[in-house]
Amino acid sequence: MAEVNAPTLLALAEDAEVGRAGLKVVANPPPLDPADEEWADDTPLYEARRKIYPQRVHGTYRRIKWAVLFVTLGIYYLTPFLRWDRGPNAPGQAVLIDLPNRRFYFFFIEIWPQEIYYLTGLLIIAAMTLFLMNALAGRVWCGYLCPQTVWTDLFQTIERWCEGDRREHLRRDREGWTLERVGRAGAKHFLWLMVAWWTGGAWVLYFADAPTLVRDLATFHAPIIAYVWIGILTVTTYALAGFMREQVCLYMCPWPRIQAALTDEHALNVTYRYDRGEPRGSLKKSTALRAQALPSGDCIECLQCVHVCPTGVDIRQGPNLGCIQCGLCIDACDAVMEKIGRPTRLIAYDTDLGIKDRQEGQPTVYRFVRMRTALYAAIIVLVGGMMTFTLATRDAQGVSVIHDRNPVFVRLSDGALRNGYTVRIANKRPERREFTLSLSGLSGSLLDVVQTRDDGRFVVEVGPDQTREVRVLVTEYTDFLPASTPVTFHLYDARSGERASASDYFRAPEGG
Amino acid sequence: MADKTHVDAVTGTATTGHVWDGIRELNTPLPRWWLWLFYITIVWAVGYWIVYPAWPLVTAFTTGTFGWASRSAVVTDLNELKTLRAPMTTKLAATALADIKSDQALADFAYAQGRSAFRENCGPCHGAGGGGAKGYPNLNDNDWLWGGTLEQIRQTIEFGVRSGHAKAHESQMPAFGRDGMLKSDEIVTVANYVRAIANLATRRGTDLAAGKKLYADNCAVCHGAEGKGNKELGAPDLTDGIWLFGSDEASIIEVITNSRGGVMPAWAGRLDPETIKALAYYVHTLGGGEK
Repeated sequence: MAEVNAPTLLALAEDAEVGRAGLKVVANPPPLDPADEEWADDTPLYEARRKIYPQRVHGTYRRIKWAVLFVTLGIYYLTPFLRWDRGPNAPGQAVLIDLPNRRFYFFFIEIWPQEIYYLTGLLIIAAMTLFLMNALAGRVWCGYLCPQTVWTDLFQTIERWCEGDRREHLRRDREGWTLERVGRAGAKHFLWLMVAWWTGGAWVLYFADAPTLVRDLATFHAPIIAYVWIGILTVTTYALAGFMREQVCLYMCPWPRIQAALTDEHALNVTYRYDRGEPRGSLKKSTALRAQALPSGDCIECLQCVHVCPTGVDIRQGPNLGCIQCGLCIDACDAVMEKIGRPTRLIAYDTDLGIKDRQEGQPTVYRFVRMRTALYAAIIVLVGGMMTFTLATRDAQGVSVIHDRNPVFVRLSDGALRNGYTVRIANKRPERREFTLSLSGLSGSLLDVVQTRDDGRFVVEVGPDQTREVRVLVTEYTDFLPASTPVTFHLYDARSGERASASDYFRAPEGG
Repeated sequence: MADKTHVDAVTGTATTGHVWDGIRELNTPLPRWWLWLFYITIVWAVGYWIVYPAWPLVTAFTTGTFGWASRSAVVTDLNELKTLRAPMTTKLAATALADIKSDQALADFAYAQGRSAFRENCGPCHGAGGGGAKGYPNLNDNDWLWGGTLEQIRQTIEFGVRSGHAKAHESQMPAFGRDGMLKSDEIVTVANYVRAIANLATRRGTDLAAGKKLYADNCAVCHGAEGKGNKELGAPDLTDGIWLFGSDEASIIEVITNSRGGVMPAWAGRLDPETIKALAYYVHTLGGGEK
């Protein structure tokens, strides 16, 4: 028997299920023995991972998980092979992260490094979607969509193919290393490594032309960095999905901690309906109790919910850090309830408020539209809308100007003043274009673009999907200029009629 | 012992046995693999010491079995860069200075390489953007001591000014005052005459006619009868409002008394011919380049 000797804990302890933990609450604790300090050293500070043998399960949520697994993995493995015709000067891959050329291609969208703020938008949308899912139905991300969950699920399925379902696997592990077990374990690790290898292989295909890279990889002509990344991702996939599994969720992932702080009493969670389940007892006992019209819960302590759990938690202990809310315990419990002729959904998506309502005999009300869900949705719509708008209206050309710093201005032999600028012109079309550069804001000024042909027209050619930097000199003959005069550089594509402009200043010495 | 283990009533978790004023610490053990990771980092560190330079010794350091050194790594990187640039460098070497501009890709390459080389080698005296300083010419304006065509700029960079190189620009202004060629009142007069031809105010009572005579006798041979200078000799134009050492009377008197003669090192031998070519192109584009 354990003792609890902090009196302040008493009030808390009354609320908790003290009896279950087998505790004896001591109202007046005896004075502490200094020798007590020593036995603390015996308590281990590290604990070995408890191996989990999740049992196979059938049902609604398992089917949802299968569907999500096939769709997400299908997207991941096959996307690099999708083609998208962008013309002769651009890659033909639908989704491509072109690191050497600093471009990201996503179907009809092409993102330049200076447009990286779209990534900020995407991250805001991703975070808000995560928060919204959490406010509606708890850890939907963890249970169904998280790569860690998806690959672990796949690896556990392979494990069951090779080494049998829970009981069989447990029995084999108990029997020690027989030849058969070695063969089965070998097959499992081989299949795991194959999946891990494909995972790493698919990853690198996002960074180069997929069909070409596949051929190069097969003939050992691919760049060494491709093999290195395949190796890294093979190892991480193999280790994380094969061995680390729930340890990632328990010790490494920040989301369970954040999630616990973000959830509220209205969020649906995979919940053991203790109002229906308690007092629990064996089927025999509960049947007997029910026959005498005595209170008896629906939970028959079959432990099916625990056996199918991929993270090894007991959902009946309430909300739990280890619970990824995949819903597999719902399927397992439903199967049992059907067998013993009790209503299903003893474990179900529910809220604590819902249970309290039922205990008080009131109808359960689920509130999906709340201030927080409305705000999350509004932010998603707002940011998404802004991104769509800027994407749809962005220019295919751009100009930016940097004023010379040394010298800020130059006095020429004839007394004229000159300012130098570095002008960068961006052509975001996959074809060569000619831009005319002009200046406004100064009267009587002379523009000179140093790198253009000496034909008096300041035409700058910019290659397909490129930027070009030119040096621009502006000479002003007017006397008594203010120290700073705003000027605007104009870019004009004569063929398409498109324009862009950038503002800067023409500097002169103080006092003219 | 087991019966003495304290278990927290609320969480059902064992405590570590540590007690502070009745407050106990829950024992939620770390996973063992975490501990192993810690040991692996220690092993990794030891391995790192063995293969990479790590420990300082009295006069040297442990070099590591991989033989890696930051200095040789830089050399490797620079050689890779050279290989990468090789096609454009070859093209730059084969193209005449005047023709660089007509090839856009080559012009952009020469400009970029020239800018980078300028900041590293020329910037300390001429300023990062070639803005110059007192005694160091501004390369953005259109006033050139030794000429501002592409070829003249290249020549100046390659051989320098009074650098000691056999082909360097050479000339020496006499120290009129120090060597007793002009008396101090004559120097004041000719200095004011120089200010007069540069459209600057002169000291009241200056005999400009005497100044003109003194100028014609002593200065005109290099600076020209009208003070327009001579690029063959690096003699500055005295009329254009651009002054390397200042245009006030005192500065001009000082120059006439003690003479001036800036020095620029020869870059031939320090920089390869292609870099000098790129530098000439870049300096020419700064704004003052002559046709």
